[in-house]
Amino acid sequence: MADATVATAYRSIVLSRVAAQASYRTSFAIEVVSQAFIVLVEFAEVYVVFHQVDKLGGFSYAEVTLMYGIAVSAFGIADLVVGHLDQLPFYVRRGTFDAFLLRPLSPLGQLVTSDFSLRRVGRVVTGFTVLAVALVAVDIDWTAGRLLLVVVTPLAGAAIFSAVFVATSAIGFWVVEGTEFANAFTYGGNYLSAFPFTVFGTVVRRFFTFLVPVAFVAYLPSLALLGRPDPLGLPGWLSWSAVPVAVVAWIASVAVWRTGLRHYVGAGS
Amino acid sequence: MSLPALRPAAALAGAGFRRWSTYRQAAVAGVFVNIVFGVIKLSILLGVAESAGGTVAGYDAASLSTYTWVAQGMIAFVVIFSWTELAERVTTGDIAVDLARPVDLQLAWLATDLGRAGWALLSRAILPLAFGAVVYGLYVPDDPTAIVLVPLSLLAAVVVSFACRFAVNLVAFWLVEVRGIVMFYVLVSGLLGGHLIPVQMFPEWLRTLAYATPFPAMIQTPIDLVTGQATGLRALGLVLAQLVWAVVLLGAGRLVLAGATRKLVVQGG
Repeated sequence: MADATVATAYRSIVLSRVAAQASYRTSFAIEVVSQAFIVLVEFAEVYVVFHQVDKLGGFSYAEVTLMYGIAVSAFGIADLVVGHLDQLPFYVRRGTFDAFLLRPLSPLGQLVTSDFSLRRVGRVVTGFTVLAVALVAVDIDWTAGRLLLVVVTPLAGAAIFSAVFVATSAIGFWVVEGTEFANAFTYGGNYLSAFPFTVFGTVVRRFFTFLVPVAFVAYLPSLALLGRPDPLGLPGWLSWSAVPVAVVAWIASVAVWRTGLRHYVGAGS
Repeated sequence: MSLPALRPAAALAGAGFRRWSTYRQAAVAGVFVNIVFGVIKLSILLGVAESAGGTVAGYDAASLSTYTWVAQGMIAFVVIFSWTELAERVTTGDIAVDLARPVDLQLAWLATDLGRAGWALLSRAILPLAFGAVVYGLYVPDDPTAIVLVPLSLLAAVVVSFACRFAVNLVAFWLVEVRGIVMFYVLVSGLLGGHLIPVQMFPEWLRTLAYATPFPAMIQTPIDLVTGQATGLRALGLVLAQLVWAVVLLGAGRLVLAGATRKLVVQGG
């Protein structure tokens, strides 16, 4: 099929999803506001922490807010685009995943567009607001490189989280309760990525740096923005490496997804 | 209430227990996620205690560990996250069948929920606590009054939680899509109940606000009894407050139900 036709097909699917969600207006409005509210409630944890202490893991309120703002914006974008991938087990269980295999579009592409949730836009908007406030509050020695970094970082972070969503959703090809397991890495990764990695133990830190690379979403780029070396001794260039890490994460996650797809044999009929 | 009247309630509680005990893989997945989040949460809290010089708001490292693992173990038990089962029956119209049954609607759902909670305690609370004990070590409570009150406090926590969820779900009689309202409820109750971070760490205005709601009665109070935050008469007072909330909220739920059923029109077929 020509690329233009594929694009048109995806466009109609996404628009139909948006129209469907917007039809229950009161509920849709409450959900958008709730999504924005999630960010504030989660931020309450940071607020309460810094009500008790001046530094967390060696970082100030403003610095942790910067990490939090980046993490939430990045996760918000990823969640908006691919957040429902963890619903794969439901499609598998109901047998509706088979329908994706019959159509002349990629199964992953169809799954991504099947439940595009516009309500999640609330989270993205609040995330960027927090990030903007943090950028004013922290002391950054602005250079061209750091300016570019601050623009690229939320997008690279979104790509990293999306890769985590894609890879972990493939658990659903093997395990009926795949959604829960996937959430440990996606939502768990989101939770952890907003905090300085200095508070975590070695095992947790290594796991979320090298295997599920969410350290590259907010913590490491924040070090580069603040011009601080990693207190735990990771080399400085790693703090600038979110983009290549995102590329590698995507290649790996698509490979995992394809392996899962090959394993899939259908629910039978 | 007479004993024969309680017989259907006991049967429903047994059915609730058996129904959920069928989903073993779900329990394993749930425990895994609860433990992953517990590790992240506790790491942050220990970071706070370290910055504060070892103790924060009356918690030291050991009692923060107990706080975290009891809170994680209670997630499924008091249903800290989304519960829309009753709302779904309202939306689909199945509620008409429930109303036609010769048992009190609220009592029947409460009985089923207590059975569910019993299974949740066995399947979802023990492993996170065991993990916490082995990996981090736990503070063990030593106040006899507090220890004796724990079972009653846990029971009251479930009843308070049920009464709130019951009332929130009944909103489905007025709104077609309750997801937004339920999401809002989950966020506020989790934060103010002390699930994200202990209520004692809140700044005063937020703590006052929290104690004006029933939410600490469903999460923080049982935790206070086992972390040494509440002992002797204070422990007794907190549990009494839980019981008052339970009675008041069950009563409020009945009022909402009465209003809802006046509005309900069952279409014959």
